[in-house]
Amino acid sequence: MALLEVVGLTVEFKTANGQFRAVDAIDLTVDTGDIVAIVGESGSGKSVSMLALMGLLPWTATITAERMVFNGHNLAGLSARERRTIIGRDMAMIFQEPMSSLNPCFTVGFQIRESLKTHLNLSRRERQHRAVELLDQVGLPEPEKRLAAFPHQLSGGMNQRVMIAMAIACQPKLLIADEPTTALDVTIQAQILELLVELQRNSDMALVLITHDMGVVAETAQRVSVQYAGQKVEEQPVLPLFDAPAHPYTSALLAALPERSSGRHLASIAGVVPGQFDRPAGCLFSPRCEHVQPLCHEQVPSQTQRDGASVLCHFPLDRQGRPTHARQDHDSQNQNQNSQTDVNQINGGMQ
Amino acid sequence: MLSFFLRRLATFIPTFLGVTLVAFMFIRIIPGDPILLMAGERGMTDERYAELMARFGYDQPLLTQYFNYLTGIFRGDLGESFVTRKPVWDEFFTLFPATVELSLCAIFLAVIIGVPSGIAAAIHRGKFWDQALMSTALTGYSMPIFWWALLLIIFFSGILGWTPVSGRLSLMFYFENVTGFMLIDSLLSGQKGAFGSAVQHLILPTIVLATIPLAVIARQTRSAMLEVLGEDYIRTARAKGLSVFRVNGLHALRNAMIPVITVIGLSTGTLLGGAILTETIFSWPGIGKWMIESISRRDYTVIQGGLLLIATVVMLVNLVVDLLYGLINPKIRHHG
Repeated sequence: MALLEVVGLTVEFKTANGQFRAVDAIDLTVDTGDIVAIVGESGSGKSVSMLALMGLLPWTATITAERMVFNGHNLAGLSARERRTIIGRDMAMIFQEPMSSLNPCFTVGFQIRESLKTHLNLSRRERQHRAVELLDQVGLPEPEKRLAAFPHQLSGGMNQRVMIAMAIACQPKLLIADEPTTALDVTIQAQILELLVELQRNSDMALVLITHDMGVVAETAQRVSVQYAGQKVEEQPVLPLFDAPAHPYTSALLAALPERSSGRHLASIAGVVPGQFDRPAGCLFSPRCEHVQPLCHEQVPSQTQRDGASVLCHFPLDRQGRPTHARQDHDSQNQNQNSQTDVNQINGGMQ
Repeated sequence: MLSFFLRRLATFIPTFLGVTLVAFMFIRIIPGDPILLMAGERGMTDERYAELMARFGYDQPLLTQYFNYLTGIFRGDLGESFVTRKPVWDEFFTLFPATVELSLCAIFLAVIIGVPSGIAAAIHRGKFWDQALMSTALTGYSMPIFWWALLLIIFFSGILGWTPVSGRLSLMFYFENVTGFMLIDSLLSGQKGAFGSAVQHLILPTIVLATIPLAVIARQTRSAMLEVLGEDYIRTARAKGLSVFRVNGLHALRNAMIPVITVIGLSTGTLLGGAILTETIFSWPGIGKWMIESISRRDYTVIQGGLLLIATVVMLVNLVVDLLYGLINPKIRHHG
């Protein structure tokens, strides 16, 4: 059984102008030892979906899911108290801004020992010992001395290491890293990613990495889930994704990588992610898609498969990067077949 | 921490000198001079005038007078009252404990009710408790203090007869003034019922004096909590699986208390400077009442000395608040 299995996760926010759907029927499966990257632009619902799992969204959020199971616990059915015994222990999270994510009034030692005290039955001395061990593990020099420091006395990179130490304090089964390197210097980014991958490799911890940086994805992830406007538009293992993206959005994201640009100008995706008021009728990416067809503006696409990739598109790209318009006929045949089966089943039922 | 303390102390000294200068000038810039004022409408002979001018040192150059005044302060000599002929210093220290006792009780009440109310309002933001608490606070803040005091006296002293109307102690008791604090002295006296009487006399003035600070503290706590509850580190604390109580009561409150401590400190300073209305209404023999009486009697040396002492008390309280601030906020402690 998968460590984390999420089916049809939807998050809506109550706003002054009605409901806003930030996450729209996301599926995600993570196995022990997996590194899954969730990629997308700002506002694509990556962080919100993970915060929903952790139960960290404000009360204005309504979370619904067909299935949301972590390590045998049905997350949707847990009381707040029961959830608190899981988060921070088996499922931990680190955030984008290390400087503001640590409490400025307490020493880092206090904040690390607090995690240990909450979830593990250790003596004061064992907690201190474990805290030193953790800081050592995340590569902070002079861990004993660092424990007495306040967050403002450490650099951003050091604080992120402290956050990681705090998150892995109880040896979680799943670590969610929400853009852990975005706020850091480029040189530090690589170190933090290396650290996360190393920690993941040395335990059987699963790692979900939320990022908008395709470079980070390529270096670390095994499997990638691409989100757009709250929907999962594509998911496949990292190498095939970079070789042959199935969704036009993924393809456009990859084309926007500086390394892949040819000529003087960087490629970009025209337009912005649709918000609450400008959601298009059919496919949400249709206004920005370079392969758009009339059907895309009218009909909402459904998840389809293309050799190992699951993709939310009427006309997924083939291995050569061409949109499969021919697939339309194929699909309609499929639909016919489906309706025939339905009829058969009904007939069967009647007999 | 020591250098932080010294730096704060260094800013204290020039401020104190400034206050002495203001207090010193105050008596010299009033029309005429204090001796003529003392003489009143009857007037006095020129010889008597010159004698008194020399006796109070008003005939010397201003700079010399200021120097004498300053050295007097450091010797604990603030001059004597024109009216009672007692040293200002002694009068102040006889009355000050009454003010301290009342102020501390009022601040204590304001904090133990104001801070939890502010937290509750912030946690239940926009809901019933928030609105109920905050509109009560606004009412308390806007209510004229003398009217509120009279309402309480009419109801609790007049109709119910639960509390005395004024003073610090029932006339039934008499004992030695040891500390000046009635709550402590009454206990030390060992007389049965004395402590109860002291408490009873404190209740209404405390409530009246606490009303405005309570409202301010509650509102300040609420807004500070609301701001802090939206911070990233609160999300981190919740992500650690901490209990709601620990997240709100430790991680959020510790940060929210930083601005609240300032408000508590400022209120304490104001109250220690003498609660003129409250002390007058309840005939509370504190420095607020002393100052207002001296002003109506034109007792200039008392006003001058009282002004200086009250200002010094307020400054000392602010110094303590600054130090507390450093204790609670590590960023200030390290960067100053």
